[in-house]
Amino acid sequence: MTDIPHNQTTTAGAFRADDLPPDRSREALRYLLRDKKAVFGAVVLSVLIVSALLAPWIVPYDPEAMDFGMMEGISWAHPLGTDDLGRDLLSRLIYGARISLLVGFSTVAISLVIGVILGVAAGYFGGITDMVIMRYIDLQWAFPNFIIAVYLVAVIGQGLLNVIIAISLAFIDDFARIVRGMVLSIREEQYVDAAKSLGYSDARIMFRHILPNTVAPIIVQATVSVSYAILGEAGLSFLGLGVDSDTFSWGLILADSRSFISSAWWLGVFPGCFIMITVLSINFLGDALRDMLDVREVKSVGV
Amino acid sequence: MKQYIIRRLIGAFIVMWAVATLVFVMMRLVPGDPLAAMLFDAADPDMVEELRRQYGLDQPIYVQYFKWFWQVLQGNLGSSIYGSRTPVTTIIAEAFPRTMSLATLGFFFALIIAVPAGLISAIRKHSAMDHTVTVFAFIGLSMPDFWLAILLIIVFAAKLQVLPAIGYVPLSQGFWPWLSHIILPAFAIGVGFAAIITRMIRSSMLEILKTDYMRVAQAKGLREFVILTRHGFPNALIPVLTVMGIALALLLAGAVVVENVFAIKGLGRVLIEGILNRDYPVVQGAIIAVSAIFVFANLIVDLLYGVVDPRIRFE
Repeated sequence: MTDIPHNQTTTAGAFRADDLPPDRSREALRYLLRDKKAVFGAVVLSVLIVSALLAPWIVPYDPEAMDFGMMEGISWAHPLGTDDLGRDLLSRLIYGARISLLVGFSTVAISLVIGVILGVAAGYFGGITDMVIMRYIDLQWAFPNFIIAVYLVAVIGQGLLNVIIAISLAFIDDFARIVRGMVLSIREEQYVDAAKSLGYSDARIMFRHILPNTVAPIIVQATVSVSYAILGEAGLSFLGLGVDSDTFSWGLILADSRSFISSAWWLGVFPGCFIMITVLSINFLGDALRDMLDVREVKSVGV
Repeated sequence: MKQYIIRRLIGAFIVMWAVATLVFVMMRLVPGDPLAAMLFDAADPDMVEELRRQYGLDQPIYVQYFKWFWQVLQGNLGSSIYGSRTPVTTIIAEAFPRTMSLATLGFFFALIIAVPAGLISAIRKHSAMDHTVTVFAFIGLSMPDFWLAILLIIVFAAKLQVLPAIGYVPLSQGFWPWLSHIILPAFAIGVGFAAIITRMIRSSMLEILKTDYMRVAQAKGLREFVILTRHGFPNALIPVLTVMGIALALLLAGAVVVENVFAIKGLGRVLIEGILNRDYPVVQGAIIAVSAIFVFANLIVDLLYGVVDPRIRFE
């Protein structure tokens, strides 16, 4: 006897892509395709990811080149105009997608791993471990993520790496809380008792038997968090607390052009459009995933 | 109830103590001398020594901590290292009403938008109206508040020139001058919050519409308007109240950013300027002040549940 076939046990929101027979995963895809908002989100996000990856080959001009007239309006040559130093805005914004997506995905990956470990440990071991971890999580929970990121940047300083660290740490509590809550209920399931009586190690039970059943809420939380991480980076960079001034960041591009917005509106409008459309696509996807996976643990408010 | 309040108050103070301590420790753990900025104009090593002694930096860290904490307890947060060396408490006392003005008006805007939008959306579920509201709510959630602030400045200050673009005027100098300066920033802060509340009201109203007491009200032949306003809406507000703490946090976080766009020296601007200038006493003070608002606002919201919903009992 090897593994307990716990796949069939239905815990609320239990879902694993590879658990699904082919027709169910096709059904899931069909479900997503019916949701117009989700399709919009998926298409826009794919375009953004591809253009961020291929930025050096697809940008119309060198984003640093100050070759053009200053603050030229929209034209065929410069679809989004040029900035106060005569640089092509579209090219700069395409490069900006790299930073936004990099920060969005990397921070969520980091906070997901740390948060899940803390959440599983707290829920599974209970007692003093739970108390220590939850005291910290509760403390962090009392503050909005963005404010925590600002506090952390105040201490560790600015720059791309520090921004990633600050936002990652700020998001840990969201994951830890959800995972802990789920683990507390799953811990009571019979297959966990069975695994224990077979003498499996704690680590094996936690990561092979319990964790897979918490995947659905984690997926949804991760999606929501990516959009808030992108907003967070843009906000920090806009305030001058984010990436260095020579990095392409939508928030920074917007901040740089603030003094010129009354004479060159496109400098104020387009960088924000890029941020909004990116975040909107991810939110649409997240909402569709929440419905599809029937997740209630994650609020649509990822403050 | 009384016990509950006392326990929560103690809890709130413990959180504040933890925040203050974390801030103190982190500011001193960072690589390099965190107070070096303070000494930047003192090139003479003797003078540096003198200043170190003066600020007590030559003492062990736990002595510094207790001294600092004792001062904080007495309401002394030190003074800015720049210019006229204004006491941090004075700076915060000036900034506080600005941030609260913004948050309050933002909250008001949000309710004006969200309550009707959420109700219509729930009552006419899956109508074109509902879909429109939903899409707008998503846009509101996804729009960076600082960008909305810039758009508002472009339209109302630069193009139409009907509202001032930056600055703040205290209420004591007249109602309209005060209001005109905070309309745009408050709106920028309120929109994201409005989006959240709209979604909340919609979903909680949908639940309410399915309840037995609503069916009873219908069976009694009450007019739809009465059913919705007397029986439906008040109950739909309860789940909304449970996110109020989060929402308030969101408003204040929004204020931190938006104040910087409108050059309003509220707590957010003080905090960010402090960070950019490496004015550590100010940063510490601002973090403690902002944190205190979150902690006590959450406490008040929790206590309000009982007032709004008598079914909730405090243990």
